Amino acid sequence: MRTHLLFSSLALTLILSACGSQPPAPEQNAAGVESRNPSSVDAGTSTTTSPVDRFDPLSVAALKDPRSPLSKRSVYFDYDSYSVKDEYQSLLVAHSKFLAANASMKILIQGNADERGSREYNLALAQKRSDAIKKSLSLLGVPESQMESVSLGEEKPTCTEATEECWAQNRRGDMLYSGEF
Amino acid sequence: MPAVAQLRVEITGAGANRLPVAIADFAGERTISQALTSVIRADLDRSGMFHLIDGVGVLADNTNPAFADLKQRGADAIAGGSTARLANGRYETRLRLWDVPKQNTLDMQNYVHTSSQLRMTAHRIADAIYENLTGEPGIFSTRIAYVVKSTGRYELQIADADGSNAQPALASREPIISPTWSPDGNKLAYVSFEAKKPIVYVHDLATAKRHVAANFKGSNSAPAWAPDGNRLAVVLSKEGGSQLFIVNANGSGATRLSKSSGIDTEPRFSADGQFIYFTSDRGGSPQIYRIPASGGNAERVTFEGSYNVTPRPAPDGKTMAYITRSNGRFQLALMDLATKQTQILTDSSKDESPSFAPNGRMILYATEVGGRGVLAAVSSDGRVKQKLSVQAADVREPAWGPLVK
Repeated sequence: MRTHLLFSSLALTLILSACGSQPPAPEQNAAGVESRNPSSVDAGTSTTTSPVDRFDPLSVAALKDPRSPLSKRSVYFDYDSYSVKDEYQSLLVAHSKFLAANASMKILIQGNADERGSREYNLALAQKRSDAIKKSLSLLGVPESQMESVSLGEEKPTCTEATEECWAQNRRGDMLYSGEF
Repeated sequence: MPAVAQLRVEITGAGANRLPVAIADFAGERTISQALTSVIRADLDRSGMFHLIDGVGVLADNTNPAFADLKQRGADAIAGGSTARLANGRYETRLRLWDVPKQNTLDMQNYVHTSSQLRMTAHRIADAIYENLTGEPGIFSTRIAYVVKSTGRYELQIADADGSNAQPALASREPIISPTWSPDGNKLAYVSFEAKKPIVYVHDLATAKRHVAANFKGSNSAPAWAPDGNRLAVVLSKEGGSQLFIVNANGSGATRLSKSSGIDTEPRFSADGQFIYFTSDRGGSPQIYRIPASGGNAERVTFEGSYNVTPRPAPDGKTMAYITRSNGRFQLALMDLATKQTQILTDSSKDESPSFAPNGRMILYATEVGGRGVLAAVSSDGRVKQKLSVQAADVREPAWGPLVK
């Protein structure tokens, strides 16, 4: 009975999320010459909206569970710096363990930069940040095939004020899992 | 098609030696459109190369100007003409340009066009006058591309060089950056983030169809057309770092051009196709380098200051526009490539993305006024300045299109 309930709520969530998704923009029908493996939406991620009583630290549900370190996805960098600070080591260990336990899951690491200066140069600087996170995960044993590091440059700031406090929030790498990108 | 906010143009400054010229009203123009000679005058005025003499009335191409009166008013040249509707519903517009001191004809041109092409015809007439009087091609009939950001929406737009007639080429919820024109003016390459990562597309403007030019693992960005229009320089992170590659415009045959342990980005071909200028941090700070387009050793181009980026070699190959940072300000600068002398062209502090007019006379760039992105243009001698803004939106990433054949 309980399993049944969980299943139907999962099915409902899937339907809702399908309805809620944006209609494909016309420009998204591009004929790719060398397309990235389109990551299929993992049905498992939708269980995050379902009640989960027991907390399994390596389950897909843990990715969005605020009790899990896996729900923390951001690594912040100092100005003009591209090295991952020690304080993020335990976070990256948690993510590397998750990726080892869930070999079908992939991670997209998006680097960000603050707004000052050239957009394309900032794109390259932010790539250094995502590459640094990828390297840290690689040293923790995560295979290349499970990771992609990309850059959003200065294009997707979470904070838009021209202040140092704000810029610091934009000097960031974010980790997204299959189904989230 | 949604209404597109038009760019508004403001002009300040003027060239050193402005040529006094009168543009008469064209015969028949009043019954068809007021837009003909007003557009011609605005084009010539905006260039900063001319001093316009007003109030000369109507002058048809088959009548003689009042040379004595024009001479007294200081005009060196006068343009007149006519426009009339043909039996087939099209229009014929004629231009005649006279030398006032010599009292002879400098140029005569005929244009057959539709009513919707009236404004473009005016730009072509302004081009003819400009070329005849300065000896350089006019750029009034060229187009510009730029990105307009409004809440949650990015639009790649194409407009006439005067900012009018803006049309969307692409709309997206995700950022679009680095648009750049193919040498024939038929396509734009750009970077779109719609797939949560940067991917380079080539977009055919006539068919509105596009294809992926670079979508490898990692980031794909900074497209630059080779002068032959068949290849693109791009920046890929697929082999680690951000490095220069050459790809065919159809996306095939990516080959690595540069090898450095740091960042190589913002490639741009010299007009003769011999060199690729680019930004690199290989020396510790971002500086401009160039490398033979066929590969080889990189040579450093900028030495002063700790931040010199976004190289744009001029169409004549003699100068290079770029962005330099000094005292925390990012400003548009011009370097004489032979003497290495540099000149800062603006007094703003957030300049980005310079783009030369195809005749090299003006440089279009993005900057910020009151916290909002605007486009600005400055003559390559720094004397004439224009601002192009869109009400209540951010405008950025300008790219000036090639000469219209």
